[in-house]
Amino acid sequence: MTFEQIIFYLFAGVLVIAAAGMVTVRNPIYAALCLILSFFTSAALWLLLEAEFLGIVLVLVYVGAVMVLFLFVIMMLDLNLDLLKEGFARYLPVGLLVAAVVAVEMILVLQSGPFGATQPAAPAPANNTEALGEILYTDYVYPFEIAAVILVVAIIAAIVLTLRRRPDARKQDISQQVQVRREDRVRLVKMKAERSGKEA
Amino acid sequence: MIPLSHFLIVAALLFSISVAGMFLNRKNMLILLMCIELMLLSVNLNFIAFSHYLGDMAGQVFVFFILTVAAAEAAIGLAILVTLFRNRRTINVQELDSMKG
Repeated sequence: MTFEQIIFYLFAGVLVIAAAGMVTVRNPIYAALCLILSFFTSAALWLLLEAEFLGIVLVLVYVGAVMVLFLFVIMMLDLNLDLLKEGFARYLPVGLLVAAVVAVEMILVLQSGPFGATQPAAPAPANNTEALGEILYTDYVYPFEIAAVILVVAIIAAIVLTLRRRPDARKQDISQQVQVRREDRVRLVKMKAERSGKEA
Repeated sequence: MIPLSHFLIVAALLFSISVAGMFLNRKNMLILLMCIELMLLSVNLNFIAFSHYLGDMAGQVFVFFILTVAAAEAAIGLAILVTLFRNRRTINVQELDSMKG
């Protein structure tokens, strides 16, 4: 068994165990941490497949941004864990059955002829990032722009969805303060003069 | 060398685990979102394995776009989740039936 194979089976085992842990643990925090572990191990597998740029991007973007977002949301919500986990035992048989059927079917297909390649058809480019950038900015430049638009839409949508205007919050409205006129603030009251000298 | 089918089998196992996770955690919307992330990860592993063994960089470009769309989806999904929790005080999927669907 070569060093490469040892690395592959080690990381593949950790990946599957972390994924299984993610779907079975009770606490969502632990589920998020298991998902982070599976992202790390699949980044290692991607490095093994000589996709260095995407492996680093997976760690930076997913572990660094998306999973931190998940953890923040978990911490902000006040969850009732018992209520969310009930029915777990009831759905366990059907879940395992469906998963086993899906896995067995896919593995049977993958055992057949064309997937048995052991050597890459062409040697990988020496600089993965450069090769990816070259193809991304020439052949796939329009999809790249659309991806940027999708990210902008996601930013705006997330901000608009979670923006909350509290009606009872007290805050200054500068333009309203500047535009105020005398009539809005000063009320002249007409009243009779007091005749203070009468009794005296 | 490791054959291509071994990478694909790992991805298939990952995908079926996340399908099972959808069944097991059908009350908790957070875990459902995480299961979607896991599914996309397994698809990405497939793409990169094929890209490596067929010597075609296009597979890695697709992974790049899938990562982008998945990040956008996670951000919007979590924003909807937070709004939902603010309004209903729950993320239990079973109780979200106000549209009677």
